[in-house]
Amino acid sequence: MPETKSKEQIEQRVTDALVEFGEERENITPSARFEDLEVDSLDLVELAQIVEEEYGVEIKDSDLEHVQTVGDVVEMIAQRSS
Amino acid sequence: MSATPTRERTAVASAAGASPEPRPQDGCALVTGASRGIGAATAAELARAGWPVAVNYRSDAEGADRVAAEVRDAGGTAVSIRADVSDPEAGERLLAEVQSELGPVLVLVNNAGVTADALAMRLSDADWDRVLETNLSAAFRLTRRALGAMLKARFGRIVNVASVVGRRANPGQANYAASKAGLIAFTSTVAVEVARRGVTVNAVAPGLIETELTTRGVAPELADAIPARRPGTPEEVAACIGFLASPAASYVTGTTLTVDGGMTA
Repeated sequence: MPETKSKEQIEQRVTDALVEFGEERENITPSARFEDLEVDSLDLVELAQIVEEEYGVEIKDSDLEHVQTVGDVVEMIAQRSS
Repeated sequence: MSATPTRERTAVASAAGASPEPRPQDGCALVTGASRGIGAATAAELARAGWPVAVNYRSDAEGADRVAAEVRDAGGTAVSIRADVSDPEAGERLLAEVQSELGPVLVLVNNAGVTADALAMRLSDADWDRVLETNLSAAFRLTRRALGAMLKARFGRIVNVASVVGRRANPGQANYAASKAGLIAFTSTVAVEVARRGVTVNAVAPGLIETELTTRGVAPELADAIPARRPGTPEEVAACIGFLASPAASYVTGTTLTVDGGMTA
């Protein structure tokens, strides 16, 4: 059973994942837009998979369409895992 | 959200060096329709390359068990698993079962295929659907499910067994041709989607091969029309699949390797 995580922990995990995908750590801030980070649909799909496996939170493709910034996705995960 | 080109990232990737990494230690290969023919030969080939192999079959348990036993006798690891991949849920269960027995599927060979020949004017809905489901839709569903583990492992090899009929007309096989042509297009599209994660997706297009699928009612004149003057063997196709599944083929993706003795050259 996935534990409830704090927003800070979620932000850390999302940041780590994006770094793994090739992004520079200092560029990843809550207001950073995925478009500017060159995070594309494959990265987001993989991020959704990580989130599903580690937090038990399902993120559908339709959800990803509304997500623009790192902060948006962290907020979405935090809301759904509480 | 549509995929955006990755300008900066390609520069980093090329600097990192491009020698093929060895076969991952965790993980296995799954070959569908492997109780006989090309599938059986492919299972044996992948086992020789060191992969634990899941030998999937729909109804020929004896054949599948024999394939698995031969792999084990040769010192490899193999299990035979029953599943009709044309059933959406069966495919899902198959991958889960293989994963629990042998680890994540890092090599997926979508080989299961059927024919139901008739001239288009006489082709029934049932025969159209069955061929499309088994030959194309099953490959899609298994691919969809298998990609997650491959992306995570940063290694994947998907090989789809298409056919020269996907590109050159063969009267009476409109359904088969459509399924194989679809498979080829599916192959190149998915290949481009996942290429940067070290996952390759390719197809082989066999010509006339000596298997049960072709020995029923094949005209002898057909061999004369082949430049090599003979049908191919399952081993000759398996060798190509083996190459595409190997670490050495790391820069080959989105392509179809034709194995037809020159027939469509």
